[in-house]
Amino acid sequence: MSNQSKNTLIPLAVGVKAPDFKLQIGNGDLNPVPENFKNLGDYKGKNLILAFYPADWSAVCGSQIALYNELIPTFREYDAEIIGISVDGVFCHKAFKETNNMAIELLCDFEPKGKYSRDYKSYNEQLGLCERALYVIDKEGVIRYSYISPMSVNPGAKELLSTLKSIQNG
Amino acid sequence: MDNLFSYDLEVPVNDNDHIAGNSNAKITLIEYGDYQCPHCGRAYPIVKKLQEDFNSDLRFVFRNFPLTQIHEYAFEAAESAELADKYGKFWEMHDKIFENQDKLDVPHLVSFAESFGINGTEFFNRLETKEMAPKIKSDFMSGVESGVNGTPSFFINGKKYEGSWEYDDFKEILNYLLKK
Repeated sequence: MSNQSKNTLIPLAVGVKAPDFKLQIGNGDLNPVPENFKNLGDYKGKNLILAFYPADWSAVCGSQIALYNELIPTFREYDAEIIGISVDGVFCHKAFKETNNMAIELLCDFEPKGKYSRDYKSYNEQLGLCERALYVIDKEGVIRYSYISPMSVNPGAKELLSTLKSIQNG
Repeated sequence: MDNLFSYDLEVPVNDNDHIAGNSNAKITLIEYGDYQCPHCGRAYPIVKKLQEDFNSDLRFVFRNFPLTQIHEYAFEAAESAELADKYGKFWEMHDKIFENQDKLDVPHLVSFAESFGINGTEFFNRLETKEMAPKIKSDFMSGVESGVNGTPSFFINGKKYEGSWEYDDFKEILNYLLKK
């Protein structure tokens, strides 16, 4: 992705209760049964990282999601799960994961398109894509970190880890 | 030029690092790299040429940042380079791997070690113990904490470099810093 977006969106503030969501799992199964969806409550009792990103196959997203995939065991040391969210559909996520041998959970904000990304102030209306937004939500469902990166910049995981450390240290 | 730099390097160069070049060089270039990453493979000859160009003005440090889930051989390759260091052959292995990125399965890695006079059976057995895993993880986490977001990531004199690492651009920024 290049510099198509001016970063005018402000993410939800730290200290705010995270909005609920119901997003289809990118597992290649269109069947709208409950086990093919995830919502915020599924992560109750865990810290949760939400990584909104523009598109499965773009270069920056690829390296960002690959990094987070590599860090899954590290995040779990801090009792945290991570999910990636884009407007891609279930087959696209499945192919993206399988091609790159990734285990990270990817969810689809596909229909109605961008509904939950909008709730998280992470939807770029002009491009019809998620912004590159990060949230860390604690075990009580409260946002502890929020950031929207320029679309062309992979924000890495430095701030995610330092937030998880600060949650752990109370 | 200053907007080409972002995060601070959180873990300074230390005795656990692999350092090539003059310890009093004016420029310290650190690469966080993945031996199976094609971009790192492309950066390898560029860094080599810069080492020649800048000679005693440049010291180069390589730290591991393997994406082991998406790159099947990245961990074993990193392990092999770290283990080769125990035989005094780190840079030989580092170079051999980047010059043979299409041959990184364990039999090839062991054969690289043998080509440096290391006993292949012993090398293989030590690889199996994963004794170098803590060093690799420690490099990786130092990178994450310093804002490394992919490979290759370069730090110049303690700051993460966000500019182009194509040869001419890289040379220009190093020249600029040398004269600063």
